Amino acid sequence: MVNTRIQTQDLNLWFGNQQVLHNVNIPIYDRMVTAIIGPSGCGKSTLLRCFNRMNDLIPETRIEGKISLGDMDLYSPKTDVTQVRAKVGMVFQKPNPFPKSIYNNVAFGMVVQGKYSKCEIHIRVEESLRAAWLWEEVKDRLHSPAMALSGGQQQRLCIARALANNPEVLLLDEPTSALDPQSTAKIEELCLELKKSVSILIVTHNIAQAGRISDYTAFMYLGQLVEFDITEKVFTVPADKRTEAYLTGVFG
Amino acid sequence: MNKRKLQNFFGTGILGLALLITFGFLLIFLIRMFWMGYGVLSWEFISSAPRKGMTEGGIFPAIVGTFWLTTLAIVIALPLGVFTAIYLTSYGKPMWIVKIVKIAINTLAGTPSIIYGLFGMAVFVSLFGFDISILSGSLTLAILALPMIINATEEALRSVPRDFHDASLALGATKRQTIMRVMLPTALPNILTGTIISIGRIAGETAPIMFTAATFYSRLLPKSWNDEVMALPYHIYALMTEGTHSESQVPIAYGTALVLLLMVLSISAVAIYTRYAIRRKRKW
Amino acid sequence: MKSYKERLFQAITYTASLFTLVVLLGIIYSLFNEGLPFFKVVPIREFLFSGAWYPTHEIPVFGAKTLIAGSLFVTIGALLIGVPLGLGSAIYISEIAGTRLKETAKPVIELLAGIPSVVYGLFGMAFLAPMVRQWFHLDTGLNVFSASIILGVMIIPIIASMSEDALSNVPKSVREASLALGATKIESIFRAVIPAAKSGIIGSVLLGFGRAVGETMVVLMVAGGSAQIPKSIFASTRPMTSTIAAEMGETVIGDLHYQSLFALAILLFALTFVTNLITELVFLKRSSR
Repeated sequence: MVNTRIQTQDLNLWFGNQQVLHNVNIPIYDRMVTAIIGPSGCGKSTLLRCFNRMNDLIPETRIEGKISLGDMDLYSPKTDVTQVRAKVGMVFQKPNPFPKSIYNNVAFGMVVQGKYSKCEIHIRVEESLRAAWLWEEVKDRLHSPAMALSGGQQQRLCIARALANNPEVLLLDEPTSALDPQSTAKIEELCLELKKSVSILIVTHNIAQAGRISDYTAFMYLGQLVEFDITEKVFTVPADKRTEAYLTGVFG
Repeated sequence: MNKRKLQNFFGTGILGLALLITFGFLLIFLIRMFWMGYGVLSWEFISSAPRKGMTEGGIFPAIVGTFWLTTLAIVIALPLGVFTAIYLTSYGKPMWIVKIVKIAINTLAGTPSIIYGLFGMAVFVSLFGFDISILSGSLTLAILALPMIINATEEALRSVPRDFHDASLALGATKRQTIMRVMLPTALPNILTGTIISIGRIAGETAPIMFTAATFYSRLLPKSWNDEVMALPYHIYALMTEGTHSESQVPIAYGTALVLLLMVLSISAVAIYTRYAIRRKRKW
Repeated sequence: MKSYKERLFQAITYTASLFTLVVLLGIIYSLFNEGLPFFKVVPIREFLFSGAWYPTHEIPVFGAKTLIAGSLFVTIGALLIGVPLGLGSAIYISEIAGTRLKETAKPVIELLAGIPSVVYGLFGMAFLAPMVRQWFHLDTGLNVFSASIILGVMIIPIIASMSEDALSNVPKSVREASLALGATKIESIFRAVIPAAKSGIIGSVLLGFGRAVGETMVVLMVAGGSAQIPKSIFASTRPMTSTIAAEMGETVIGDLHYQSLFALAILLFALTFVTNLITELVFLKRSSR
């Protein structure tokens, strides 16, 4: 039995006069990995950024429709956007640790929330680093600069940093596109482990990656959600011709 | 050699000559200043007050005066400048105010320093009744430093990668927290070097303090910010133009100039060196 | 919903920005407040176009023409020295010099921009002027010539460092394209690189002009100080800035002489303001390209 964590209803989004998302209805299931695939410019990253309201930062963005997380309406004027972002963590395309120590990177979210004691922060930093499989590599140098880590380690640090907020959903925006194959494999494995406790939504350019790690796959094209189903089904018997064309490499 | 090769050869030569003459001029200038100033420099010169109508003794009160004027000016200008730069880079609404403020900053940056002096005299000295004092002088210098600090801070904040800003917001930080905990700390080294360079600039300014703070001669050190003070730049000017014993005053002026020059150049050298080092080391 | 802390913080930054605006308006207001009453006594036409400045005579005369001329003479002289040397140095550093020379010359020039003007004034007064007097057999070395040299040297770092920035911002492809078409180094510098950096270079010259016109200490100490339209480059002169600095001490706050100096300051401010605005427009053109 799957539970829905996030549900969008008739989501439309414009940047200025240009409509980027058209009537998107997509569920994100609890403790599942959902992959969004599609050609460049299809709106998949924009859709991802709707779920933690990062699109708010782009001027002249207009959004219609509804996104609910449990009983929380993400875009209601009463909703505190910082709460949304604490509940919906995000990892970016390029690893972007702050120029601070490893420890302070992971603690950052908890410190700004201001509702954790020093002791709690201390414990959660270790838990998050363990959860992101980074603890063993960095436990002796927690206070050295995060910028000194390798690219793959930096990305796992960013995952740990997002996990420290205890999010319900984790958004991954092409998290491995800047990494080497080994680091990529490690992050993919990590996703399979993490989905035991958190819902994961991943945007990827790499079709094979979507096939390897996701339970559900969404195919987007020109701002529309063309197809959404169990990954196996989408990959073997796609319902839409465009999905099939994309998966077989006709365009993209 | 054909005509084009000749042209290339002489063109390069003339450009090189321009650089050579420039450095030649500056070398003569620096050698002369060090040569003439070095003979006067001594511990006594730095640590004692002027005597016998400025023909003997040292420049200690002027060093102290310049120190206070500059320090106070930066203490006033730094927070104002940093907050303004934050507004311009991070809030920036409404747009028309940003535009007007930017025009104001650029206009201030290009305004001659003597006009700051007149403003300080009309407003701080007369209107506010601060008289000729450290307070009036530092306020005037603070306004002079303001555009430099704003521009340095703005540039420093803009050079912080967008990634850091987004990462902070995505972790649930508010805008203020993002600015205070991520943007400012990341930009801090550049803000500080910019500030240090502006310290060097205002420490050497004469025209703005002429009518607002400086006095020709005082044997005593300032006791409060209501006192008028001696200052190094003004002291040089006064020695060269107001005394009657030029044969003994000119060497003192050279000595004072060397002290000022060493102060200003070493301050700026530290800042410029740090800035180049940061640029080279930076990983983002 | 924003918390009060967020609002307070934003309000502080907003207030600080408005403060800069207030300062500028304050400067303009105080100049006009003190200077405008002067024009009720002396018509602006007489102030601008009559040629005698005797503020302390029994029947004072306030003709600023000589002072304006003084400012223009030393400024033009400074530009004649500063522009070729500054631009030449910038071009050499950016286009011809090797990495080592480039990496030393740039910070050195930045460093020199910070030398206090009063120190230049001292150098001009105690070193250059006596030499000029000897070389040309003059009564005094404190004249347009000496002041122009010192001012010119002073603005070299400003012009050099700004045009160097403009030149190094020209993309490498411009140079490569020109060289690949068979141009010599000098040809590609003057026909391809400099045209591409034109607006930045003009901006640097305008900035140098503004600095020279507004500089006080150097002209106060080196230009000599007699209020006459200079008849030759070896004549003593008195620019607007040094008039203000030299005479302010003799005035009584609020009297006609005091007001006349503020009137001069209005003129000076207007001049630098317009220069600034033009510089700004040059730059805006560049950034939109």
